[in-house]
Amino acid sequence: MTHFSALSLLRHALGGNKKWEEQWPNSEPKAEYDVIIVGAGGHGLGAAYYLAKEHGITDVAVIEKGWLGGGNTGRNTTIIRSNYLYDESARLYDHALDLWEGLSQELNYNVMFSQRGVMMLAHSVHDVQSFQRHVHANRLNDVDNRWLTKEEAKAYCPPLDISQTARYPVMGAALQKRAGTARHDAVAWGYARGAAARGVDIIQNCPVTAIRSDATGAVEGVETPRGFIKAKKVAVSAAGHTSVVMDSAGVRLPLESYPLQALVSEPVKPIFPCVVMSNTVHAYISQSDKGELVIGSGTDQYTSYSQRGGLPLIEHTVAAICEIFPIFNRMRMLRKWAGIVDVTPDRSAILGKTPVQGLYVNCGWGTGGFKATPGAAHTLAWTVAKDEPHPINAPFTLERFTTGRLIDEAAAAAVAH
Amino acid sequence: MLLIHCPYCDETLPEAEFAYAGEAHIVRPDNPADVSDEEWRDFLFIRNNLKGPHYERWRHIHGCGRFFNAVRNTVTDRFLTTYRAGERRPDPESLPEDGQ
Amino acid sequence: MSRFRVAGRGRVQQDRPVCFTFDGQTIEGCAGDTVASALLANGRHLMGRSFKYHRPRGPVTAGTEEPNALIGTRRGEGQFEPNTRATAQEIWNGLDTTSQNKYPSLSFDVGALNDSLYMLFSAGFYYKTFMWPRSFWDKVYEPFIRAAAGLGVSPSEPDPDHYASRYLHTDVLVVGGGPAGLAAAKSAAEAGLRVALVDENSEMGGTLLSEPQAEIDGNAAWDWLAEELATLDALGVRIMTRTTAIGYYHQNMVGLCQKLTDHLETPDPDMPRERLWRVRAQQVILAQGGLEKPLVFHGNDRPGVMLAGSAQTYLNRYGVKVGDRPVIVTSHDSAWHAAFDLADAGADVQAIVDTRANPRADFITGAEKRNIEVLAGHTVTGTRGRLRIKAVRINSVADGKVGAARTLTCDCLLMSGGWTPSLHLFSHTKGTLRWDDESQTFLPDRKAEACQIAGAGRGLWGIETALNDGAAMGAAAAEELGHSVKATARSVQNDRTGSGVTHTELPTDRNPSRTKAFVDFQNDVMAKDLRLAVREGMRSIEHVKRYTTNGMATDQGKMSNMNGLNIAADALGKPQPQVGLTTFRPPYTPTTFGAFVGYHKGDHFDVTRKTPIDGWAEENGAVFEPVSLWRRARYFPQPGEDMDAAVSRECRATRKSLGMFDASTLGKIEVVGPDAVEFMNRMYTNPWTKLAPGRTRYGLLLGDDGFIRDDGVIGRLTEDRFHITTTTGGAARVLNMMEDYLQTEWPDLKVWLTSTTEQWATIALNGPNARNLLSPFVEGLDISDGAFPHMSIAECTVAGYPARLFRVSFTGELGFEVNVPARHGRALWETLFEAGQQFDICPYGTETMHVLRAEKGFIIVGQDTDGTVTPYDAGQGWAVGKKKRDFVGMRALQRPDLTAKNRKQLVGLLTEDSRTKLEEGAQIVLDPNQSKPMRMVGHVTSSYHSDAAGRPIALALVEGGHNRMGETVHIPMPDTVVKATVTGTTFYDPDNERLKL
Repeated sequence: MTHFSALSLLRHALGGNKKWEEQWPNSEPKAEYDVIIVGAGGHGLGAAYYLAKEHGITDVAVIEKGWLGGGNTGRNTTIIRSNYLYDESARLYDHALDLWEGLSQELNYNVMFSQRGVMMLAHSVHDVQSFQRHVHANRLNDVDNRWLTKEEAKAYCPPLDISQTARYPVMGAALQKRAGTARHDAVAWGYARGAAARGVDIIQNCPVTAIRSDATGAVEGVETPRGFIKAKKVAVSAAGHTSVVMDSAGVRLPLESYPLQALVSEPVKPIFPCVVMSNTVHAYISQSDKGELVIGSGTDQYTSYSQRGGLPLIEHTVAAICEIFPIFNRMRMLRKWAGIVDVTPDRSAILGKTPVQGLYVNCGWGTGGFKATPGAAHTLAWTVAKDEPHPINAPFTLERFTTGRLIDEAAAAAVAH
Repeated sequence: MLLIHCPYCDETLPEAEFAYAGEAHIVRPDNPADVSDEEWRDFLFIRNNLKGPHYERWRHIHGCGRFFNAVRNTVTDRFLTTYRAGERRPDPESLPEDGQ
Repeated sequence: MSRFRVAGRGRVQQDRPVCFTFDGQTIEGCAGDTVASALLANGRHLMGRSFKYHRPRGPVTAGTEEPNALIGTRRGEGQFEPNTRATAQEIWNGLDTTSQNKYPSLSFDVGALNDSLYMLFSAGFYYKTFMWPRSFWDKVYEPFIRAAAGLGVSPSEPDPDHYASRYLHTDVLVVGGGPAGLAAAKSAAEAGLRVALVDENSEMGGTLLSEPQAEIDGNAAWDWLAEELATLDALGVRIMTRTTAIGYYHQNMVGLCQKLTDHLETPDPDMPRERLWRVRAQQVILAQGGLEKPLVFHGNDRPGVMLAGSAQTYLNRYGVKVGDRPVIVTSHDSAWHAAFDLADAGADVQAIVDTRANPRADFITGAEKRNIEVLAGHTVTGTRGRLRIKAVRINSVADGKVGAARTLTCDCLLMSGGWTPSLHLFSHTKGTLRWDDESQTFLPDRKAEACQIAGAGRGLWGIETALNDGAAMGAAAAEELGHSVKATARSVQNDRTGSGVTHTELPTDRNPSRTKAFVDFQNDVMAKDLRLAVREGMRSIEHVKRYTTNGMATDQGKMSNMNGLNIAADALGKPQPQVGLTTFRPPYTPTTFGAFVGYHKGDHFDVTRKTPIDGWAEENGAVFEPVSLWRRARYFPQPGEDMDAAVSRECRATRKSLGMFDASTLGKIEVVGPDAVEFMNRMYTNPWTKLAPGRTRYGLLLGDDGFIRDDGVIGRLTEDRFHITTTTGGAARVLNMMEDYLQTEWPDLKVWLTSTTEQWATIALNGPNARNLLSPFVEGLDISDGAFPHMSIAECTVAGYPARLFRVSFTGELGFEVNVPARHGRALWETLFEAGQQFDICPYGTETMHVLRAEKGFIIVGQDTDGTVTPYDAGQGWAVGKKKRDFVGMRALQRPDLTAKNRKQLVGLLTEDSRTKLEEGAQIVLDPNQSKPMRMVGHVTSSYHSDAAGRPIALALVEGGHNRMGETVHIPMPDTVVKATVTGTTFYDPDNERLKL
């Protein structure tokens, strides 16, 4: 693997950039692997990377129905934060945040993690109570999060309208300064390159049609149009498509897949210094390195795999943004798109073992998947390697839906992730 | 915005009048005290989340107020049929081909 | 007249000069010009700088697909917008425009330093560097990258304009007003259908506007066009110009953005700037035409290099010669016509370079006739000129070998790489595409919506073909709708059909790694970037796009997608369909946020629900707070009072004598029917059978997951009629949940549910004098304690108004809630307020209500509970019917975690110093000396200063709290740790003596 650096960039530039090598090969499947990971998004590729790097398990294939990073990894609004309420969530996302901070260097691939701060606006007394509960809990969990008055919020994000005549006046905000954004594609590519360099096969355009298990009920491998591929262990990390894949192994999941829309504006010079989220009006916004305002909305009301999304939701989202930032009314929408998010009843992920021996699942991230990427991948690799929960992912079991031990961030705070 | 046929009003109306109400034909156990934790979990949480024809519920919330059932292809978002609550679940074979 | 204006040519009004400014310089154009055509008429091609290398750029097109000529446009204060296409913005007197992405000036831009370092800034370079030292990313590298990126500057003032939105229901929507669209609209209209015809341009006609030479059925194109538009108008076709179909959504909903004022010198201030149309059409006809492809060669981005078809448009539509000495380079027949038109208009065409060895004989003859040198089988290998092209380097090509070069001087270079259909809207529908080998383009294949595609949009070129295909598609749409019509066939003279070949990069003798051959002009993506991406393992077109940013500029890939695909496919050694096209995403062209916002701004962003008494509260100085969609009076400050002082006074007055409170926002549901009591038994945790008519009970509602959803006092009026109250925010949710169970789980129950929230105004009177005030106004009911004890309900009249009277208390004081029809709410309020003066009646708001209820330990669902709390956790086990067979949530309460010992339970907290008021949301620990992360056992849910208790009080959820009475817990704050004692939740009048008055 070529080491990336300013020097290698210069050296290659002088050589006409003709000698750059493939960042990862497009592998053909072998007959058998120690571990197969279904889904080559950031989570799946990351898990493969950590399996190889930290657990020495390199006989690994990541199998992807389309192109790697072509799902939610490359369709989200790239917000990264960890100021979750419950200990379980805070630990998981803060673990991810710790890894995010060193990820570019770890992968030798600039994922452009930009700690610009994420500010969550409070528009009602209830919001204030809820966010202050978060701030207090985060402080004792050693998670960065602080309360800002509306004037402090305006100072941190000058385009913000804090006039009290607004329909939903800003009453203050919670700010996590360590939080921010990253370049989503680079995360998938960086992990792919790192995994491939350690011997992992990345197999694209190869949908897994079923998971096969043997007479004892242990996992045996996966069926694909390119034939059966044997594996000692299989981890499914296929976001919105996980239900369908897991169903073939007889594991039914508490998941529903919804369209989630996002949009960008035309690029402009720097105007927006951080990330702002407002759950009351259902919108969030940041500005990319390229200069586009990146805007996310809530989910459409019905389950869907169409990746289409309707016009009314986008109208509402843009209205919400212009309500909080009236100076953007004359900006133009360049492009909008939809992803498919898989949502659990408590809006928290399912990450760990399944009733099938050797089968692991990582799904249900809702709108929190991107920010969790390194943390989810890192602990999934642990669980697959050791066949036991990692202390951080241990609470995120499938059993919690039977026992009632939910991790319900949304119920607790009326906060969408 | 989807167009949805309300089987009670017998009119096709915009999605804005309707509220999605989750997967259909999930029956609440008649005597909850008798079911296991697992069965209760299945009732509460486990969903098919199908890619393709999906049996689901809608409510004509800003119209007649009735809950009804629908079959919608979740890949194309196209409705294959809608029918009243309590009516028998239509056989998949009886439904129109998607795209017609 | 401007130097490059051709007298008598074009559709602009040459006798009506219009002046605007560009970078402060006054420019004169004509009515009908765009900014670009007016600048070109003045000999100016340089209009912008590119995104990454800051290379000088001029317009490459004459339409909305323009990637280069982007400008800032300003009308007045707050009326500035960046990134406007100069090629589409119409001019008016006083329009103020500025160039972008340059410093200090357009002609001298220091950012152009990037251009000389282009080898370093290859595709994806930023993924490979800027990583050391780690802290430099946030502090140095990223700010630098950001400052260099972006195009124009953001608006910085609120927008004074307004925007509108409308629905349109029509039988047929035709998108595109060129020949195909016009003919389609006519067929459909002749079939008797309602037709709307939209086009993004300022006038209908499409190609016809650029091709006046055509004769349709013997009429000159423009005469025919005028007549045809008159006919369509007479047929009732709704014709909308400056209207872009931005997106094609489910079930034939098409979004249109109509620009209404951006072209006007003095718009009517009442006119919206733009209007968003949501069109629902039975049939959509896509007649969007095609896009010309640039050729890819070294220096193909210099100002003065332009698409040949666009040069033809500038000449024929705007009467502007884009140069005096053009050179044409083409792989397609169409550019020859542009050359001939320009020559005929007086330009000295230097040469026509055709990459094909054997151009059509009639073209050769045409060129000879005009003294134009023809260089067939040649390629362009470079251009020269800093701010404007000065010369072009041309080489012969034979058997794939590039021969010797010669240089031709020129002042513009007109290129054509052939044409490709505009597939954007069709792709929004998820319709599939198929690759057509012969034309080397994608064409629409399987349709996913009820649409027809007509003309160039499905690869049919030429005016006659487009007219006849449009007519046929209009008829086909009519047929789909059960109408039959004969499509009129037309014949066209001087039509310009042609063919061509497709190239990746043009053959060159240059070192490919030093060739600056642009594919995506705006994003500065060169052919070698695409090849580098493929070399680095990017195999899908999506990867190539994302790695290089090809096709992600504001032209949405209109200029770059096909060339990008061809080059990527070539680099991969795969046919194009195996590489695939990136998805086209809405909107078709960038669309103003304001148009999406429409009316939904300010007070109209969301409705504000107000009670009948809201006006009185406003007049009496209430401070309001939003609660779900309602606004509620939070407190009524007197002069000089802050919230704490006002609340303290309101609390005292109520406990001492009498307070009045507007409780109208409480949700109300009428439950009626023979099975009403059975329904209530199944919905609520409480038993209802034995509740006598005339009595009320506190009801607790769970979800089937066992957690508290809502609560409220419920009165039984008669055997078969209940009056439910819900929380303010929960009303709609509760009704929906009840309807769900009633309609789908228990359809056999004979029960009817009606929301009565807005039918009743509810006035709560609390305090020892509540009855003294109320009694004289009540008729038909004895409200003495004996006759109407606590938790009673009855119908009566109050002050002459029909009323439902509850005796109920959310404060711990003697209390009544008077419900009267909403229209009488304010009158009754004023009557009671006036009469209450003798008791020093005190209106109070939600904040005082919160304090008073907390003193009594009454919970607020959503504040003291949070969706994870069971009745037992909340200390409300007494409200759960123990003998019931079933109620919503009953089964779930038996789940292992819901019966666990250590659940968080609602308790009271008293700070040990008796002075400190805890913060709501503060976390509770048992060991304050542990290190972080600390083990938290709960949090403060409610906290107030209590006047009645003479100290701060709090409610909290604490692990195993019910067994911790008297224990000390710790609340670590940033600067201190507060100690508090766990207590019961009642802080005032524990024996309810005050209710017994």
